[in-house]
Amino acid sequence: MTTPRPETLAKLTPVLTKRWLSPDAWRIGTYEKLDGYAALRKALKAHPDDLIQLIKDSGLRGRGGAGFPTGLKWGFIPQGDGKPHYLVVNADEGEPGTCKDLPLMTHDPHSLVEGVIIGSYAIRASRAYIYIRGEAVHAARRLRNAVQEAYAKGYLGRDILGSGFDLELVVHSGAGAYICGEETALLDSLEGFRGQPRLRPPFPATHGLYASPTVVNNVGTIASVPYIVLGGADWWKTMGTEKSSGPMIYSLSGRVANPGQYECTMGVTLRELLELAGGMQPGHNLRFWTPGGSSTPLLTAEHLDVPLDFEGVAAAGSILGTTATQIFSDQDCPVYATYRWLEFYHHESCGKCTPCREGNYWMVRVYRRILAGQGTHEDLDTLLDTCDNILGRSFCGLGDGATSSVTSSLKYFKQDYLDYIEGRTAPKLSDKQLVGAH
Amino acid sequence: MSVFTEQTRERAREIIARYPADRSRSALLPLLHLVQSEEGYVSPSGVEFCAEVLGLNKAQVGAVATFYTMYKRKPTGDYLVSVCTNTMCNVLGGQEVYDTLAEHLGVGHDETTADGTVTLEHAECLAACDYGPVMTVNYDFFDGVDPQTALGVVEELRSGGRPMPTRGARLCTLKEMSVQLAGFADEREGAVADGGPGEPTLRGLRLAEQHGISVPGYDPNTPIRSKAEADRAAAEAKAQADADKAAAEAEAKRAEAAKAQAAGVAANPPASDGKPAGDDADAQERSLKEAEAQQ
Repeated sequence: MTTPRPETLAKLTPVLTKRWLSPDAWRIGTYEKLDGYAALRKALKAHPDDLIQLIKDSGLRGRGGAGFPTGLKWGFIPQGDGKPHYLVVNADEGEPGTCKDLPLMTHDPHSLVEGVIIGSYAIRASRAYIYIRGEAVHAARRLRNAVQEAYAKGYLGRDILGSGFDLELVVHSGAGAYICGEETALLDSLEGFRGQPRLRPPFPATHGLYASPTVVNNVGTIASVPYIVLGGADWWKTMGTEKSSGPMIYSLSGRVANPGQYECTMGVTLRELLELAGGMQPGHNLRFWTPGGSSTPLLTAEHLDVPLDFEGVAAAGSILGTTATQIFSDQDCPVYATYRWLEFYHHESCGKCTPCREGNYWMVRVYRRILAGQGTHEDLDTLLDTCDNILGRSFCGLGDGATSSVTSSLKYFKQDYLDYIEGRTAPKLSDKQLVGAH
Repeated sequence: MSVFTEQTRERAREIIARYPADRSRSALLPLLHLVQSEEGYVSPSGVEFCAEVLGLNKAQVGAVATFYTMYKRKPTGDYLVSVCTNTMCNVLGGQEVYDTLAEHLGVGHDETTADGTVTLEHAECLAACDYGPVMTVNYDFFDGVDPQTALGVVEELRSGGRPMPTRGARLCTLKEMSVQLAGFADEREGAVADGGPGEPTLRGLRLAEQHGISVPGYDPNTPIRSKAEADRAAAEAKAQADADKAAAEAEAKRAEAAKAQAAGVAANPPASDGKPAGDDADAQERSLKEAEAQQ
């Protein structure tokens, strides 16, 4: 493996990930030795409004996909309204390709717990929840252990470090539903209902958990807070770009020599990430990739130099999403890849709205037909027409996201579809599978 | 109702106590994990138990239990083997792993072997794409599997062994795991400490370490500006701008630039940030519309 050039190596910004190298950083003793809970002590001496201002000044944007400015979100919580406030962490990581929150919670759970305490203090919440994906059992073990340790040390509970601030924190395991990563579905699930999205407005900032003002933030967003409190907004902004500040954990998977987590300055390009990851696997050439999970439109080898920040990826016609770059080569079929993602959206559609529930059901069937060599040219029109009726007409982003790979793969790889339809590519699914193995 | 012991009831009370007094329904998901820990699935009596302790009716509980994939609707084996067949793991060989196990065990999706040891399922993305193809046993990871290693794991399970996951804690049964999912600590000696990070997790860090890269300028003692200070700074900036404006009568061009700068300081957040709160759907929709417009 050739060593990456110094200018590419300089894109690495180990901040949120740096404790992962220390074995036992998940234990409170080790965490404390590595600056742990120093940010909390500092934050509790400041006025909550100053902390909201600090996060605004840092330009931190949500790490869960949408990139909403975090300080602004915190600032939307009405103060002095006499209602309880809640901070809810969205740890329901499940967007295909995304795998950055699980290692963070497994290897450095206290950074999330510390961020939760500071965030709750800032928005004046006395109860916080971490809604963690059910399947993430080892991360949940470490997180529950961390919460227990934090209580024992007086970082949680009543009168935290003598500040007069109280906070109860509960780690709540989900039960296997991708839709619960949608913030309002998550809140319904946390209230003990089926996880289905709510109509907005009203927004969670005023009517969230138990119809009270609620901030819902992603794991990476909240885990960033202690670093900003310690290092300051100006230091945070030395990383990233003007409108997308800070470091970001880029998750590389697929046909690369060294898949894994690379925390880089926001705005790094795929060309640079591939250089860090030792290039493509031998014998594979880049053909298509997702910039941030399966709900973000596919990009191609022509997009190697797109800056991977919120603005750069949007300008290229996709979405930064969760910076989960799934990398596929000339040996992978974009039609089959899209089909598998659709099976996922079909399975995970909550059923609340018709476009998503029915649209994904039928699109899966059209794909099976195409991949079994029985597709028609009309099928391609049907797919685009179905996408037109899902995108923007679904209740939440799940339906919209499902159309991303369909429309983008038809845009860039229509010939691959035609090759199945016109018999130049051998069928990938058999008639038996047409009956529905899934 | 006899299946549920006093210990289960005690645990149920503990779960309910985690949530605000008038919001006990929040305890429903952990309670469903709890009844699954007793019976290996959510049975009609499990539904009844949850309904009883929360003061709900059975239809309300049943509607929730059937919504979530992890609540099983028929008895399961001791070990739930989940093979990821979502796109990335799929193209890397996950489908082949699943097909091999299904054929070898003679069971399909969500079915259990006759000896009651293994329940097989194909799973959607398990959030370990950098280790693909992956499978889990009772949700702990076996990374980078191929048909042979997967068969080895399953065979060991069926012969009474407990193979060690690649990452995560030593295995327990699915019922024991469900107690943890209900929110109770893993009491097994050393289990929380099991499972160090794998190489893909550390790859970027190792590279940074090798080449001595860290983020410069980090000073943990950087003071947090108080709002009063910030306001004073803004006022000073404004006064400065006014002074510049006065001086600008002589030198109009220079003052124009200073005014713009002062206005920029006063209006802190970038103008484009004024979006509605946390609206994923809108953001996505907008980006997609832009993408369409560019086509």
